[in-house]
Amino acid sequence: MNIVRYQRYPSLVSALDRFTTIGEEMDRAFQSSFSTFFRPLSVSPRNPVLDVYQDKDQFTIIAELPGLKKEEIQISFDNGVLTISGERKQETSTENNRQTEFNRFQRSVTLPAAVSADKATATYENGLLQVVLPKAEEAKPKQILLN
Amino acid sequence: MNLVAQKDSSTPTAKSQEDHQQKYYLTPAVDITGSEEGFQLRAELPGVDKEGLEITVDKGVLTIVGHRKFPTPSGEALHREIRTHDFRRVYELDPAINAEKIQARIDQGILTLTLPKTEAAKPLKIAIE
Repeated sequence: MNIVRYQRYPSLVSALDRFTTIGEEMDRAFQSSFSTFFRPLSVSPRNPVLDVYQDKDQFTIIAELPGLKKEEIQISFDNGVLTISGERKQETSTENNRQTEFNRFQRSVTLPAAVSADKATATYENGLLQVVLPKAEEAKPKQILLN
Repeated sequence: MNLVAQKDSSTPTAKSQEDHQQKYYLTPAVDITGSEEGFQLRAELPGVDKEGLEITVDKGVLTIVGHRKFPTPSGEALHREIRTHDFRRVYELDPAINAEKIQARIDQGILTLTLPKTEAAKPLKIAIE
């Protein structure tokens, strides 16, 4: 347990930090991952989770987006930020149990190097979206030859 | 939930307990809807295709296992959130369900199971002469 000096008007950030701390403590207590619930960055647990990979030529982003149609997914790139967004069409039926329900989703990723967005490709299979963004020529590692 | 009960995953038969003891599974999010005709179960299984799906009914227990396939990008991971474990969820079937008529379909990581009731369990409408 951290000892935190009392603040009359804690800022929003420090309040969120405290949630994160609580999450970590619960992790330790239950040896599980409570902090995912308290993570301030993921605004809604219903926003898709994603992985980002890089090699010397490209970035690859994989996102979990089960049950969408291709035309329901929008991928945009602006100013170094890749945004995956869309809207899920809601099903209406008589129900006595409902756990999965979300309509609009959005995730953004800031890429750490320049990319050629016009050469980007995306595939959607088995509910997984994969976006490949080739790095811009100037961002690729260069080998300097000795004369 | 009164009609299709989630079976405690710690009490399957000894054999399946042995099978699953070593492995860690993720519990998929599931919607279950019901009507006079039967039930419909909808599970989110991203990364699972038709071949990776294993659905069994044994002694009134429905087990859904989804083996996941992931693209393996080259290079290093900068950021990881996706948990790549397989999925598993176990339900005890309501006796009204006709297990032989269960139908399964998977599309873009969403499994839809249709669990119809037996004719005897459906409500009967009696025509008035």
